[in-house]
Amino acid sequence: MDVTNEIEQRMAPAATRRQSLPFSLLAWRIAGYVAMLFVVLVIGLPVYWTVMSAFKETREIYSLPVTWWPANPTLANFPAAWQAAPFGRYYLNSFITTFLGAAAEVILALFSAYALAYLRFPRKDLVFLLLLAALMVPVEITIVPNYLTVARLGWINTYQGIIIPGAAIAYGTFLLRQAFLSVPREILEAAKVDGAGHLRILFSVVMPIAQPAIVTMALLSIVSKWNDFLWPLIVTNTTDMRTLPIGVFWLRNSEGLSNWGVVMAGSLFLIVPVLIAFLLAQRAIVEGMTAGAVKG
Amino acid sequence: MATYTPHQDYHPKTSRREHREWLLFVLFIGPNLFLFSVFTYWPLLYNAYLSMVRWDFLRPAMPFVGLQNYISAFSDPQFWNIIWQTATFTVWSVGLTLIIGLMLALLLNQPLQFRNTARAVVFAPVVISGAVVAVVWSYIFDPRYGLIDQLLGFFGLDSPNWLIDSFWAMPAVIIVYVWKNIGYAVVIYLAGLQNIPRELYDAARVDGAGAWDRFWHVTLPGLSPVAFFLSVTSILTCFQSFDIIRVLTNGGPASATTTLVFHLYELGFVSYDAGKAGVVAIVLFLIMLALTMIQIRYVERQVTYG
Repeated sequence: MDVTNEIEQRMAPAATRRQSLPFSLLAWRIAGYVAMLFVVLVIGLPVYWTVMSAFKETREIYSLPVTWWPANPTLANFPAAWQAAPFGRYYLNSFITTFLGAAAEVILALFSAYALAYLRFPRKDLVFLLLLAALMVPVEITIVPNYLTVARLGWINTYQGIIIPGAAIAYGTFLLRQAFLSVPREILEAAKVDGAGHLRILFSVVMPIAQPAIVTMALLSIVSKWNDFLWPLIVTNTTDMRTLPIGVFWLRNSEGLSNWGVVMAGSLFLIVPVLIAFLLAQRAIVEGMTAGAVKG
Repeated sequence: MATYTPHQDYHPKTSRREHREWLLFVLFIGPNLFLFSVFTYWPLLYNAYLSMVRWDFLRPAMPFVGLQNYISAFSDPQFWNIIWQTATFTVWSVGLTLIIGLMLALLLNQPLQFRNTARAVVFAPVVISGAVVAVVWSYIFDPRYGLIDQLLGFFGLDSPNWLIDSFWAMPAVIIVYVWKNIGYAVVIYLAGLQNIPRELYDAARVDGAGAWDRFWHVTLPGLSPVAFFLSVTSILTCFQSFDIIRVLTNGGPASATTTLVFHLYELGFVSYDAGKAGVVAIVLFLIMLALTMIQIRYVERQVTYG
């Protein structure tokens, strides 16, 4: 299939390209577009289905044959979902835990990365290793002891109980340390000569230069906190403390089967913000999620 | 003594400055390390302890039973069954993600218009909450009104009762997992494709290699480090996968989709058996530690030998 690549490169002037495409290449090209369309349809279908169902009347959802387009588009499912479960409250909880959780991660990562990149300390490499080793302990295996700890602290069903156990950050520290290390030495020296202390250097020299990496890391934190499921599921035990993913899950448990339209509308409450964020910051999110995978 | 005088003159000054920097270092990194100690390292040790006691979370007494929990777990066929199911889920999910991901990456690496849009569509499910993905798919799998039944209808087929049928529940979980995670593999493969030197293709062309030969002898070997990285990462992600299973099948029907992580959750928060939960946590940790070690070894080799 990389025949197309080859020709593409040989034929530099774009204008002549179209005329001189031999038939076999044209066939490849068309096959490529067909395949791409197919892929987009298959992968996009579940989301399309969700959106369409959210606008269908209940009667239509439960009649056969299934329709691909709502016959009488209705907005009724959205207020119905909002009433079937306290979505206002879910939004509030999700915003609070996402914002504070991500803020905590970013702040901890900033200071840790600065310390690891610029401050002297005996056997700093061991400290770094101790931090990175945390990546080897998946959250899932800590749930039972952490539940006990949080219970002992009296934090079950509280925001701090949702946020604090997940606030420490190793991956983000690693990302930011890499970015900080690439800040030119001369700039740092100049700031030192001007008499800037470490806090000044961090906030007014390093942070502006490493801003893209910080934004990437922050987005990553936000997306992961917004979608977090296991820990909030365990640590909350009343409806009014649930976050959106838990709320949608319970909505499905109570309304699913009998009222899919409402459940799909509720799912959109959660999916739409994250997809908008993805559209706006696609590059940063993709880069952050895949950083460290491919060297060079 | 006299020999040390100049040194002593000099040393306390830098030492004081250095000590201040040490203090700052501790202040900067301390909170992060403290949280890790309390919520990551301590739980690991505590799990090891829990795995050797018998406890139901309520009684004040936690009788020490030694390796009894391990013995009873490993002599229980259900435990082996769960390990087997975890392996099945992992092998299928990772295998499909790697193979389909490679095909999609090769396609989206072609100079086609709108390919960036297509890449965005492929990646989008990665950022959507696994729990909500599973909620949406539980409707898609609805044997009567669901999307899949509709699609199968085109071919005159009838949808199985995916989530209720003990044979079809696992394929359903795997399908959802692959749908959600394929975009990650595609992006990593695409980055790997960029890293294959152009000259290799040129050289192969000079040698008269056709497109298929070049794919087989240049592209595939060039992607093998990336594929290795992806397989380890995907295996780790699979082992940690919880939300899809919890929402889609709740480990059922009759434990047919119970994996180690789900079993751990069940033991801890449904049947309140802290000892057995500890055993599962330790087993899970050791498996994942071994995998991570393999990966670190590989990354080191990459860095050292280019």
